[in-house]
Amino acid sequence: MGLEADIPVLTTTVEKMVQWARRSSIWPVTFGLACCAIEMMAMSCGRYDIARFGAEVFRGSPRQSDLMIVAGRLSRKMAPALRRIYDQMPEPKWVISMGACASIGGVFDNYALVQGVDQVVPVDVFVPGCPPRPESLIYGIVQLQRKIDRTKLA
Amino acid sequence: MESHAIVSLLQEALPGAQLESVPSIDLHETFYISRDDVPAAATLLRDREDLKFGLLAELTAADFYPREPRFELIYILVSIAHRRRLRMKVRLNAADAHVATICGVWPAANWLEREVWDLFGIVFDGHPDPRRLLMPEDWEGYPLRKDYPVQINKHASTAEPLQVTAQEFRANVEKDRLARR
Repeated sequence: MGLEADIPVLTTTVEKMVQWARRSSIWPVTFGLACCAIEMMAMSCGRYDIARFGAEVFRGSPRQSDLMIVAGRLSRKMAPALRRIYDQMPEPKWVISMGACASIGGVFDNYALVQGVDQVVPVDVFVPGCPPRPESLIYGIVQLQRKIDRTKLA
Repeated sequence: MESHAIVSLLQEALPGAQLESVPSIDLHETFYISRDDVPAAATLLRDREDLKFGLLAELTAADFYPREPRFELIYILVSIAHRRRLRMKVRLNAADAHVATICGVWPAANWLEREVWDLFGIVFDGHPDPRRLLMPEDWEGYPLRKDYPVQINKHASTAEPLQVTAQEFRANVEKDRLARR
């Protein structure tokens, strides 16, 4: 962005503008599945305060969301529901896989759980940890913001 | 009531039933009952004034593979009126693992029996809604059996079949709309 002399106007490109708007207001859909959701809630509350990064508005409806944080282990029975919520989110949309269980199945190497949510939805950022500290998840969101910033429009 | 009192009572009321009282490590009376006597005993336990086991707290199973009889069903009953608990067990062979449903006696048994069917493959004859409860409906095998491969690697299904027809769906929407009016 450059400031023209004498005129109170900022000039930029549409692409930069859109990237800035998208990364500065990532609204996550509430999708807490297990103990990771507790850390996700801690992240959104005052102490860690994800509002600093513009992502504090957790939405109860997928229609109003940009980001799905899969927080916890995903059972096979839940997988179709997760996919349906993801399909209902409007484009552009992103997914963070939070914690060991969501990413690779964690300690639950058994028949009941999906061994990685990337089998069900496309994942942008994997956050390791069991469960990840709120700082880790904030780092994941910042990584996602960087990714959005690099995403070309067309 | 002293120990084994309930079993003696039951034996008196059901002369033909095969009951076997066994010791337990806690204060709850425990006994085995043959499969065919379950519905009669259940009705009796619920309705008799000096028993009044009105609450089915738990219905589960255990797999003792490779022992035979392989399965044991465990009914945990609570009598709120008399402040008493009771453990009723049923031995089942692997070859004919089925038992009559007790949904008509305690409605709470509906989902519990579905869960046991889902995870152990024990059939409940006459169950009103014999579908799987916890696993997906097209799942093969019974996961809590001891000879089940736990670390099964199956691709996750991302879609489930519609459980209502288009007409039913429209009727539901219409019903909901009328109810909100």
